[in-house]
Amino acid sequence: MKAPRFAYARPATVAEALAILAGHGDEARILAGGQSLVPMLNLRVAAPRVLIDINRIAGLSGVTVAKDHVRIGALTRHTELEHSLDIARHLPLLAQAMPHVAHAAIRNRGTFGGSCALADPAAELPACALALGATFVIAGPKGERRVPAEAFFRGLYATALGSEELLVAAEFPLPKPGRVSAFGELARRHGDYAMVGVAAHGSIALGKFADLRIVFFGVGDRPVRATKLEQALERQPAAAIERALESLELDPRADLQASAATKRHLAGVLAGRVLKQLANTSA
Amino acid sequence: MNKLPETIEIALSVNGERVRRSVSARQSLADFLRLELELTGTHLGCEHGMCGACTVRVDGEIVRGCLMFAVQADGCTVDTIEGLSDSGEITELQSAFVLYNALQCGFCTPGMLIAAQALLRDEPNPSRERIREYLSGNYCRCTGYQSIVDAVEAVAKQRAARWK
Repeated sequence: MKAPRFAYARPATVAEALAILAGHGDEARILAGGQSLVPMLNLRVAAPRVLIDINRIAGLSGVTVAKDHVRIGALTRHTELEHSLDIARHLPLLAQAMPHVAHAAIRNRGTFGGSCALADPAAELPACALALGATFVIAGPKGERRVPAEAFFRGLYATALGSEELLVAAEFPLPKPGRVSAFGELARRHGDYAMVGVAAHGSIALGKFADLRIVFFGVGDRPVRATKLEQALERQPAAAIERALESLELDPRADLQASAATKRHLAGVLAGRVLKQLANTSA
Repeated sequence: MNKLPETIEIALSVNGERVRRSVSARQSLADFLRLELELTGTHLGCEHGMCGACTVRVDGEIVRGCLMFAVQADGCTVDTIEGLSDSGEITELQSAFVLYNALQCGFCTPGMLIAAQALLRDEPNPSRERIREYLSGNYCRCTGYQSIVDAVEAVAKQRAARWK
């Protein structure tokens, strides 16, 4: 249960990190918070020849509010998101999700960018990024490019990141006034990966839902947006939730935690709770 | 490109003492503390971040000692159960653990104490539910947690009474 041998690099800048990545390609892995990568090394699920520790790169961390978006640096620790007043004010969905992410000692190290770049299908942050319409900022040999969350998550532990690229931040559009959010998750024990989870964002106008984005996680190979459910609830009151849930189409695969049928059932139950909570949230 | 090293010189502070060592990049912080510094109060249970027995403080915040490499603690301030015990910072918690019989085999105890101290620092008056939730990242396979929660709750109340 020890990590295999690896060579270690601790770049001070993004440019330096990219140069090392370019020199080693698939043999190198980025070490951010290490809260998923190090277990993978210890379990020998991963055995990269080179670890590029980005923890000392200045400027990769922190939450900044701009005119039309909130930028979250890739190296921002979960605990910073949990306690940030800017996050609580502008992106409360992330603050709502944080207590579900593992435990305090893990959140002190684990990073926003690490969670998104790993793209575990049962992780909270990728689902939140999709629900809030975030755009990922990626640095590579040819400069920076931006990829919307819809196109960033490509499948099981698969993202749009190339082997010579580094995720540097995500930009979340500042929600329009009146937008509210709700989050729920079912796990066997507190802090475990979700059996199923839901992140919901939208507005309630005159008691009716509008502009909903409902994203499930733990029920597919990536975060899954429930567009039919969103449409079924458009301009509908909370009383319509049960009926609308009949339009929910999910195709979860059985895993160690639950059968596909159990997951489908739990997804409906949880979505009902989260949507009721959303309906009762005032902006 | 220059060949990247597998062994690195690090300098850090451990329990208030300056330490300088050459470490293998693959060595975890917990193994470094135990094997190089003989601070064996930091326990290694699962070695993949589940059990919390290896909990230590790095720059004041609790982390999993098994999920950080020693090389990453270069320049940092590390506190282990030995340091917290010697400084008297957790004396009340230790006494309460004894009083409430909050340990049997003791394997999880150092991690429990460091986590409990982190909770009480940030939230001086947590509910039982909050204590349970916070300590859910630290596994105890003996006590069923009841007495551990009792001990932490008792210390919170003691401290609150003193501040009145």
